[in-house]
Amino acid sequence: MRLSQDPTIDTVAKLCSVSMAMFAFVFVVMVPLYNVLCDALGINGKTSSEAYISVSADVDETRFIKVQFIATNNDAMPWSFSPEVTEMLVHPGAANDTVFFAANPTMNAMVAQAIPSVSPSRAAEYFHKTECFCFEQQPLDGNDKAEMPLQFIVDQDLPADIKTITLSYTLFDVTALISDKVASR
Amino acid sequence: MGDHHHGPAKGLSRWLYTTNHKDIGTMYLWFSFAMFLLGGAFAMVIRAELFQPGMQLVEPGFFNQMTTLHGLVMVFGAIMPSFVGLANWLIPMMIGAPDMALPRMNNWSFWILPPAFLMLASTLLMEGGAPAFGWTFYAPLSTTYAPPSVTFFIFAIHILGVSSIMGSINIIATVMNMRAPGMTYMKMPLFVWTWLITAFLLVAVMPVLAGAVTMMLMDIHFGTSFFSAAGGGDPVLFQHIFWFFGHPEVYIIILPAFGVISQIIPAFSRKPLFGYASMVYATAGIAFLSFIVWAHHMYTVGMPVAGELFFMYATMLIAVPTGVKVFNWVTTMWRGAMTFETPMLFSIGFLVLFTIGGFTGLMLSIAPADFQYHDTYFVVAHFHYVMVAGAVFSMTAAVYFWLPKWTGRMYNETMGKVHFWVSFIGFNVTFFPQHFVGLAGMPRRIPDYALQFADFNMMSSIGAFIYGMSQLLFLYNVIAAIVSGEKVSDEKVWDGAEGLEWTLPSPAPYHTFETPPKLEEQPAY
Repeated sequence: MRLSQDPTIDTVAKLCSVSMAMFAFVFVVMVPLYNVLCDALGINGKTSSEAYISVSADVDETRFIKVQFIATNNDAMPWSFSPEVTEMLVHPGAANDTVFFAANPTMNAMVAQAIPSVSPSRAAEYFHKTECFCFEQQPLDGNDKAEMPLQFIVDQDLPADIKTITLSYTLFDVTALISDKVASR
Repeated sequence: MGDHHHGPAKGLSRWLYTTNHKDIGTMYLWFSFAMFLLGGAFAMVIRAELFQPGMQLVEPGFFNQMTTLHGLVMVFGAIMPSFVGLANWLIPMMIGAPDMALPRMNNWSFWILPPAFLMLASTLLMEGGAPAFGWTFYAPLSTTYAPPSVTFFIFAIHILGVSSIMGSINIIATVMNMRAPGMTYMKMPLFVWTWLITAFLLVAVMPVLAGAVTMMLMDIHFGTSFFSAAGGGDPVLFQHIFWFFGHPEVYIIILPAFGVISQIIPAFSRKPLFGYASMVYATAGIAFLSFIVWAHHMYTVGMPVAGELFFMYATMLIAVPTGVKVFNWVTTMWRGAMTFETPMLFSIGFLVLFTIGGFTGLMLSIAPADFQYHDTYFVVAHFHYVMVAGAVFSMTAAVYFWLPKWTGRMYNETMGKVHFWVSFIGFNVTFFPQHFVGLAGMPRRIPDYALQFADFNMMSSIGAFIYGMSQLLFLYNVIAAIVSGEKVSDEKVWDGAEGLEWTLPSPAPYHTFETPPKLEEQPAY
């Protein structure tokens, strides 16, 4: 295909399009593709950011999986944040409930976002959350506290060599992000 | 109209407005040498602080600014522009073209560089200091925890990216459209080939770098969360994007160096280059592989085993085309009538030291072993063997080789040989011990270290001062040659030199090949 009669202008036009396409490639291909791949393959310990629709399946009562919970604050996040229990023994296929506690010790209303990560990362795609406080941002007034629910199912297809799954939440202070967005409206 | 076609304009405006490929090449070369000295000065601060354990000279924060600016200035200010300068000078003369295809854009792509680096260097004087997050500027160090000057850094990266892309488009347009009649692709000198492929790499990946810094800019100022987990982003994404640019980038630096060596070794072996076609295919093969190996820089981020294996095997595969090149150079020398003038000494120095750097690269490519080497001085030693003994040595060889053609005057051969040996020894004293301290666990980018690393670090520092000083000898030799060097009358200058540029008078006239040369008289490569 010729973009111009002049061969030099033709070459330049093609190369400019390539470089612009590569710039766009970063935004419209690399970023979404990375997120899709991480979600789909559970790479990086990322779990799905949407609620799992449970399918009826038999509970695998032949084995127990130990699920451990870790709660961490990012940076200078002042909230207290902890799981109700630090570990549970569950059967694959069974629905389980637990809660995390959060308290805002400051005088100001704040908004937090919890980011989950599963270890070993291979287990991420077998760890289904039917309900999770991490799906939404958590606002808390000053000196307020909350119980944050988590419901999960460990998939029956979890590889047999995985006997322990660690679910870690990091709590981020996103108050500034939210207020920026409100201010810019 | 008639007059100004025959010679350059006078005064400063000659350089500001010039569209002549030789003038622009000269400006690129001097600019890159100035940046080489600036980046070298930063390295001297680093080595002075590391001369002894403990904190002596600078604050840790300033030390980090030095490692960051050293890397950025050397990669983007010294090595890349120096090869663009070489391309400007040589490609038109090598393919028998009167000038570059887009002379005005050529002027632009040079003149936006100095302001970009002025801006980058000025961050040192800003509140909060210069960028201190390493030349790889990993998020969130370069976003959440960055000094305010990071915005100037981002703008500087954008400008030099634009400069590189314009320069590359110019080179591709020149090579594809302005070759003399009869100069088929497979008759082009290898330097032209390697630059053609490098230019394609640049057009493909500099926009990726621009994308990465644009995302940083948006994260810092416009409330997005590309690299912030709080908003649903991921810091590891930054590393993927950066190295998707970064690995082709290291071949952007080394491929033109391969081209230079492929011109010089045949000249002083008085034999045609062995395996010309395989050299071309090997270059293309390396360029292709550079796009699928980026994650070997990030084995420790927690990739799935399948990913580690893929990137490990793909990386090891690069040793094949690189090996083809090294064997071809050695075979070119085999039974040649060799002489050892300064350009040849630097080329052989390149060959030996680059091969060592290649082997340590192979060691680093082994994913399980890399967990031990990652972010240690072993990595520092590895990439200085390929960047300094690779790119800088070959660039030095190129300057000595073509200086008589550019200026019509010969440099001082004895001083050149002294420069080589002092550089060679200084370089190895600097970087060879870094392999040992790296294997023993000394991390990179730290201003202080455990006592057991003290002796090797002192050696390293002494070597660095020697290597740094030897570059002043180089500067003196070049200036002395330009001012009062012995005049060269021969067109060929070197006994064994082949190629169209050696059919021109020395010094090369301001305008050359305004009528295309007849190629039948030229030997096929």
